[in-house]
Amino acid sequence: MSGLLELRGVTVKYTLTGGSRRRELTAVDDVSFTLQSGEMLGLVGESGCGKSTLGRAILRLVPLSAGEVHWQGRRIDRLRRKEFRGLRRELQLVFQDPNACLDPRMTIVESVAEPLRSSEPGLPRAQRIARATALLDEVGLDSELSDRYPHQASGGQLQRAGIARALILDPRLVVCDEPVSALDVSVQGQIVNLLARIRRERGLASLFISHNLAVVAGLCERVMVMYLGRIVEIAPRAALLPAPLHPYSRMLLDSVPRISPAARRRPVAVPVATDPDAPVAGCAFAARCPHVIAHCRSELPPLQARPDGRLVACHRAAEWPGGLPPATA
Amino acid sequence: MALLEIRDLTVDFDGPRRIRAVDHVDLSVERESCVAIVGESGSGKSQLLLACTGLLAANGRASGSVRFDGLELLGADDPAARIRGSGIGFVFQDASGSLTPHRRIGDQLAEAAVAARGITRQAALAEAERMLERVRLPQAHRHLAEYPHELSGGMRQRAAIAAALISEPMLLFADEPTTALDVTVQAEIITLLVDLCHELGMAMLIVTHDFGVVSGLADRIAVMYAGRIVESAPAARLLAGPGHPYSAGLLAAVPRLDDPPGTELRTIRGTPPRPGANLPGCRFEPRCEYARAHCRGEDPPFLTTGDDGIACHYPLKQDAQ
Repeated sequence: MSGLLELRGVTVKYTLTGGSRRRELTAVDDVSFTLQSGEMLGLVGESGCGKSTLGRAILRLVPLSAGEVHWQGRRIDRLRRKEFRGLRRELQLVFQDPNACLDPRMTIVESVAEPLRSSEPGLPRAQRIARATALLDEVGLDSELSDRYPHQASGGQLQRAGIARALILDPRLVVCDEPVSALDVSVQGQIVNLLARIRRERGLASLFISHNLAVVAGLCERVMVMYLGRIVEIAPRAALLPAPLHPYSRMLLDSVPRISPAARRRPVAVPVATDPDAPVAGCAFAARCPHVIAHCRSELPPLQARPDGRLVACHRAAEWPGGLPPATA
Repeated sequence: MALLEIRDLTVDFDGPRRIRAVDHVDLSVERESCVAIVGESGSGKSQLLLACTGLLAANGRASGSVRFDGLELLGADDPAARIRGSGIGFVFQDASGSLTPHRRIGDQLAEAAVAARGITRQAALAEAERMLERVRLPQAHRHLAEYPHELSGGMRQRAAIAAALISEPMLLFADEPTTALDVTVQAEIITLLVDLCHELGMAMLIVTHDFGVVSGLADRIAVMYAGRIVESAPAARLLAGPGHPYSAGLLAAVPRLDDPPGTELRTIRGTPPRPGANLPGCRFEPRCEYARAHCRGEDPPFLTTGDDGIACHYPLKQDAQ
């Protein structure tokens, strides 16, 4: 069965210039997965792991070095710019910083309506504004704010507008790139609930990218964990949270803050200076992994299916079929 | 007497209309303790820290009293200079607030050590390396010769903490020190701050919007809303059973891993009042789930009982949690 979106061996390399030498950085390395229609798939990992680049590669905002992207069974990564334009409206992006998509010189409602100008050139301005106004109402932005400028609104209000702008062309897939990381905790929940409601009501598929597993897990039934360009685990939320198979998934789970009156901080792995452009023969996580063995440093573990259907890239995963327990204090 | 005693601190900003960012705040930080101020953007928590250190913007004015180790900081000719000499360190959300981009990290740290402690440059460089080791920067020696942009976000924040600690402060002000960082790195930095406070016998005043950050870190928590402290209590007590509906709302908003799938995250409806808004009653009333008619008409006073203080007409009962 092919899904709505399928990636096969997607690789993105950047050439770093400047300084004394040219170097190549592999930001996304051999990533394959399928996203089903209407699914909200989580992608979690730290800064610099390549998760944003992966999201952008799907939308053709960065070129692939290798691999294929299929949209509804059709290969789209090789389409000419003009051919891709027809698909543009089906694939949209929500940014971490909504200012990236809102023009500071336009009112909020004008910015939200703006994509309609190129996609439906015949539509009169009054109708464009009417559609944007209806959408701003759907995302819960106060109607009095729609005629204001971005600098007059708060971060949470702007993110609602950014979401409205991504929805105006009625897309089938929205890539949400850290949509709540820049917001106050009190407002994060409002935006997360909004995204969950939109997905429910519109049947919209989404790739939700975040560094916080707690945020991802609340929204997505299935979660992918990424480390230095590679997917290290793909599992249903219900399996991943109680029993992560990859040591890095365990580390991400342990780092989610727990609030309890008697809380003592859990011990956290000592940071290691990982150099993203140093060639790594084996598992990229070996340098930080508490379960590392010699084999890990020499051979790259492939992403393999476990008996229960979960995918994990760890040589030792078979040793803990019930998942890794939390780090103990 | 407490190490830091803030009494009746008020911060106003002049402009087309006067804006009150901090409104008659009292707060104490005991020696070797950690106090956290928790509140949303715009609650005045950062302005409170800046006022204590004389770093307010040019149109800001602070009144009241801020005594650090018995020394009055407000109204001093050059409060910033006084702070630097007196042993308060500052860590910002963005490490570029502490580290200048065009000088090597070792030089910056050494300069601070020379200024604060009057040691030779040679000794200061050795001290800089020791401090980078202390903040658990791997290969500290190598980083001395590096520029800030050569470090990752988490490592740069460690270097900024080292820069704040090299003058051996008695008190560290930390303004959202982990907000710009990944969750994994946040945990590392918080653990580091806890350890350093214990190792160095240092007190800390940390401000954050995230209750997840203060759990396991703070001895005492003060919740700030619209320029005022609305609740203040020992951390364990407040985390177990917040009395103010605003504290309860902020606490419930932290995403948790143990929520069943598809659970709506709890949020606080609406947005904070605009700075300087004139509200006759409780400032949280428009957003409060528990508000009654009385709340709109009368501003609740801040009542203190023993270790706890709260400004709410109808505080939540512990058994209602």
